Amino acid sequence: MSNLAWIFFSTLLVNNFTLAMFLGLCSFFGVTSKVDTAWRLGAANTFVLVITSVSVWLLNTFVLAKTPFLRTIAFIVVIASTVQIVEMIIKKYLPVLFRELGIYLPLITTNCAILGLALFQTSRSYTFVEGLVFAFGAGLGLTLALTLMASIRERIDVADVPAMARRMGLVLVVASCLSMAFMGFAGLGSQ
Amino acid sequence: MNAPIPTGADERHLPPAPPPPLFLDFWSGISQNNPVFVQMLGLCPAMAVSNSVINGLAMGVATVFVLVCSSFLISAVRHYIASEVRLTSYILIIATFVTVADMVLAAGFPEISKALGPFIPLIVVNCIILGRAEAFAGKVGPLRAVADALGMGFGFTLALLMVSAFRELLGSGSLLGIRVFGPRFEPWVFMIMPPGGFLTLGLIFLVMGWRLDHAARRGKGMAS
Repeated sequence: MSNLAWIFFSTLLVNNFTLAMFLGLCSFFGVTSKVDTAWRLGAANTFVLVITSVSVWLLNTFVLAKTPFLRTIAFIVVIASTVQIVEMIIKKYLPVLFRELGIYLPLITTNCAILGLALFQTSRSYTFVEGLVFAFGAGLGLTLALTLMASIRERIDVADVPAMARRMGLVLVVASCLSMAFMGFAGLGSQ
Repeated sequence: MNAPIPTGADERHLPPAPPPPLFLDFWSGISQNNPVFVQMLGLCPAMAVSNSVINGLAMGVATVFVLVCSSFLISAVRHYIASEVRLTSYILIIATFVTVADMVLAAGFPEISKALGPFIPLIVVNCIILGRAEAFAGKVGPLRAVADALGMGFGFTLALLMVSAFRELLGSGSLLGIRVFGPRFEPWVFMIMPPGGFLTLGLIFLVMGWRLDHAARRGKGMAS
């Protein structure tokens, strides 16, 4: 039980997917101008992450034991299909959200975090439940980072920023400060 | 009566001949359309594997390999791929070459492969490759696609080398594993950790923003 809690908290805080592992940065810098869009994309990402975790576990257990060289190809095909299905479901049942997320929904396919989760889960040989907890932690960690960055950027956008730091310069320095802050969690849970 | 003798002076007033489009395809990937600094793609590996120059170089070489091979293949078969399955076919082609690169690296350079970890398979979702396949390789002939892929790949490697040289120099006091500073140098370990990656790229973007702003203000001053 404590192993599961450790996996969850370490992925959420200590090894945060965005701020410590550098995954999911395209959406981190692209979609964080408004808090609402940011946490909704984080929620969509979490959904896709959980489904991916289950599919990856199934693939690893039943298919890829005999053909490890097909790993990358199999993972990416599964992820692309999952995102396609999620996109169709959201379009049918939550059309407002679909219009809001726009192009960023199919872009979840190229989100390094999803494939990164698949690869980490495989290399650490997580069981089914461990994989689920890992995916939840990763998704919540992504959402946390996205929301934090979005709330800071909303305030930066109405502040008096020198011209040289507009666009990416200031955002990257802010990300560096956020990452530094999360480094304070290092060593959490280790005895 | 006397026809003017043609001297070389006349040619100086002609505009210079435009460079061949193939070279432009290659060069724009390094300067005007640099994938990391201008298009802001491929940021994940630019910061994740750039804590030492050898890692950055290996990632750059692997990305160039995957870019060139997949651009060539996609461009060669572009007329036979139905538009609906375009993206899936591109991803499959890219994933195949990434698997090849991953295996070659694991077999030939196991320490680098372990240091880069999962970021070699993550080349599959590197926005640069899919973006160029979608925007360019799927629409032009193989020669131009390869030129563009080489340019983008070298531009990406150049960006990686800049970031990793800065980080390794300050964070370990070495370059390519060779100690540069003396034994009393206290390395700034922050630089090879995640926040250092964000900060290095941020500093580069700040300098770029300053130069752009400077040029814009000078342009406005001259016009008014």
